[in-house]
Amino acid sequence: MKLQVLKEKYRAKVQELVLGATKEEGGTRSCTVTVGGDSCLPFHHFEGEVPNRPVVAMEVTDIKPNWNPKLLKNFEDVFEKPGEWARKNVENFGADLIYLKFDGADPEGEDRSVEDCVETLQEVLQAVGVPLIVSGCGNEEKDNKLMEAIAEAASGENLLIGNAEQDNYKTITAACMVHKHSIIAKSPLDINICKQLNILISEMNLPLNKIVIDPSIGGLGYGIEYAYSIMERSRLGALQGDKMLSMPIICTVGYEAWRTKEANVSEDEFPEWGTQEERGVLWEAVTASAMLQAGAHILVMRHPKAVELTKRNIDQLMQPFSYE
Amino acid sequence: MGLTGLEIYKQLPKKNCGECGHPTCLAFAMSLANGKANLEACPYVSEEAREALDSAAAPPIAKIIVGRDENAYELGDETELFRHDRKFYHETAVALELKDTLSKEELENCLQKIKGLKFTRVGLEYKVQFIAVKNETDEVDVFAKTVEYVAGKTKLPLVLLSENPAAMEQALKIAGKDKPLIYAANEENFEKMTALAQENDCPLAVKAEGLGELAELVEKITKAGHKQLVLDPGSRSISRAIADFTQIRRLAIKKKFRPFGYPIISFCTETDPLAEINQAVAYISKYASIVVLKTLEKEHLLPLLTWRQNLYTDPQVPIRVEEKLNEIGEVNENSPVYVTTNFSLTYYSVEGEVGASRIPSYIISVDTDGLSVLTAYADGKFEADKIAKVIKKVGVEEKVKHRNIVIPGGVAVLKGKLEEESGWNVLVGPREASGIPSYAKSKFA
Ligand code: SF4
Repeated sequence: MKLQVLKEKYRAKVQELVLGATKEEGGTRSCTVTVGGDSCLPFHHFEGEVPNRPVVAMEVTDIKPNWNPKLLKNFEDVFEKPGEWARKNVENFGADLIYLKFDGADPEGEDRSVEDCVETLQEVLQAVGVPLIVSGCGNEEKDNKLMEAIAEAASGENLLIGNAEQDNYKTITAACMVHKHSIIAKSPLDINICKQLNILISEMNLPLNKIVIDPSIGGLGYGIEYAYSIMERSRLGALQGDKMLSMPIICTVGYEAWRTKEANVSEDEFPEWGTQEERGVLWEAVTASAMLQAGAHILVMRHPKAVELTKRNIDQLMQPFSYE
Repeated sequence: MGLTGLEIYKQLPKKNCGECGHPTCLAFAMSLANGKANLEACPYVSEEAREALDSAAAPPIAKIIVGRDENAYELGDETELFRHDRKFYHETAVALELKDTLSKEELENCLQKIKGLKFTRVGLEYKVQFIAVKNETDEVDVFAKTVEYVAGKTKLPLVLLSENPAAMEQALKIAGKDKPLIYAANEENFEKMTALAQENDCPLAVKAEGLGELAELVEKITKAGHKQLVLDPGSRSISRAIADFTQIRRLAIKKKFRPFGYPIISFCTETDPLAEINQAVAYISKYASIVVLKTLEKEHLLPLLTWRQNLYTDPQVPIRVEEKLNEIGEVNENSPVYVTTNFSLTYYSVEGEVGASRIPSYIISVDTDGLSVLTAYADGKFEADKIAKVIKKVGVEEKVKHRNIVIPGGVAVLKGKLEEESGWNVLVGPREASGIPSYAKSKFA
């Protein structure tokens, strides 16, 4: 029997966005990474285009992170040398991008100077050829200063810079405009704020295809389902023609997964939960695969094994399939 | 998904006689659509109309039950493509596969492991549902023996995996009374399998290669009179499974395409157990009602069962606990007092850690409409004056003689105002609940 399958034809697509810039394009990257462009729900190859695969950005911090020892041991030889750490992520663990986070800039913490941070950025830029995502310490004032300096120092590199938020987006947006970078627009799990922020940023004339949405996910077991539904809704909005929801989505998977109790607690304490190592890896990998199903484009991750699993998952999700 | 009033009206006699207690047929139709009337009230509906209305009002995806009595598990009966449109209702059943090539000792071992697969998390119990026994040997007797052994040792409902009707017949003699799922009827064996399913009153999985073939086979089986079905379109790769399962769900819900109005069974093919879990995440997210997998390890299943639970929660109503003064352990008048919200996830995270501190304590769960600490704070539902009122209301002042209360580190800003409003001394606790045991030891031990 020939069955009439039911295909949805949508009016619009997710924006396609390029990260990084090669020499010809004014940067120093050896490759660029393109995300988005989907004209259908996640991996619906049978009714639309999924032109670019979702990518994995691996996290590097400017100071030694206070991660779980089981996670940290994968980076034992490099966690005090951000450049080498980045290189290891790319060469050994297959990172598509590097996500460089300046935790050390926090005035309540190490309070590293803007100059020191810029130096770290240069070190990482030189160590790897993949495009970079950079993100601050969470202190608005410091981050604004830091990101201005970073945007300038890496002018032309087409970084992805975060985080612009509803009440603090102007400085970062302006810096991205001037130095030709892309921006992460972060909203607290709220589709209206997400839209509003995209409007505000684009009113400052940053083009829509220079914006990435961070919807603020929760980790597996810690509110992930709210993010799942907000992402599904925003993809549907994008496909139905809502330009202000049409940007690719970034999810801070590693950060959320590794602050849960389930990823960290030892088997001695919780024998009924099984071994910590694989449980932790899967906590991160399952958070990632759930977010892929909801429409994530960039996954920010930590554990090499979780990254490997996620990349395998993406390979399978990207296998073309049609009913013709 | 019911019919609209107008759709129903078309089927009514249009006499407007009022005998149904409604002035007109249209008014009656509207009441029917709202579930406020019963079709029986009209003495004049024709047989065809009754049938048409019954089948049109039937749920788009049938509810199928596997297992009997207290172990019965409901599958299907879903109405949505997206959970945000309302919710998903019947959690995907996790079936763990055991092959009939396993020795008795190995089976015993596996069954022991399966028994241990119960997790208590945030006040909920997570479990696996079925054991799938696979006729890997293709031997009738070996399969029957394995089924007998497993059935004797577990209360979980079974999925019987054999496309050999002779083997299925033997297995059903042993396990048929407990309503296992028969897997599977295919193009060659469906007559025999359907007869077996009917004799034993068991649900039957229908397997075909591709959607068209599947629809055809389902129609043959339903014509033969069996309607407890589960669908397998033969998809074994993730990308095709997403396509096929989406088509089945869409056609059932949007087109009321009857052959696809049944739950879906999916099979993981990955051999590395971690990759297998990732594969299962895609299947559970995309409409599978059963997922069959091989790993039996706690550390693999806990993340998967957590994802299933998350996906199936009601998006409109957060799971919450009551607003009250909770006693953890043998409390007395010196016991510490903590305050948190009534979002179930938040409350149980805190309760678990307060319990782990081994210092008997009180926890006040403030009604924040089921919002987490920071969400509630951002939304004005976890503020000093409110918390102060709840402190008075729950009667903690009669229970302890001290006046020290610990608040979550995430809302340290509440300290001053709360001290003013409540007269209590406010201690700022750690940000994460996991910091509570060591915090408690330093402060209260
Ligand atoms: S009893 Fe039947 S025919 Fe008479 S008004 Fe009611 S619906 Fe119409």
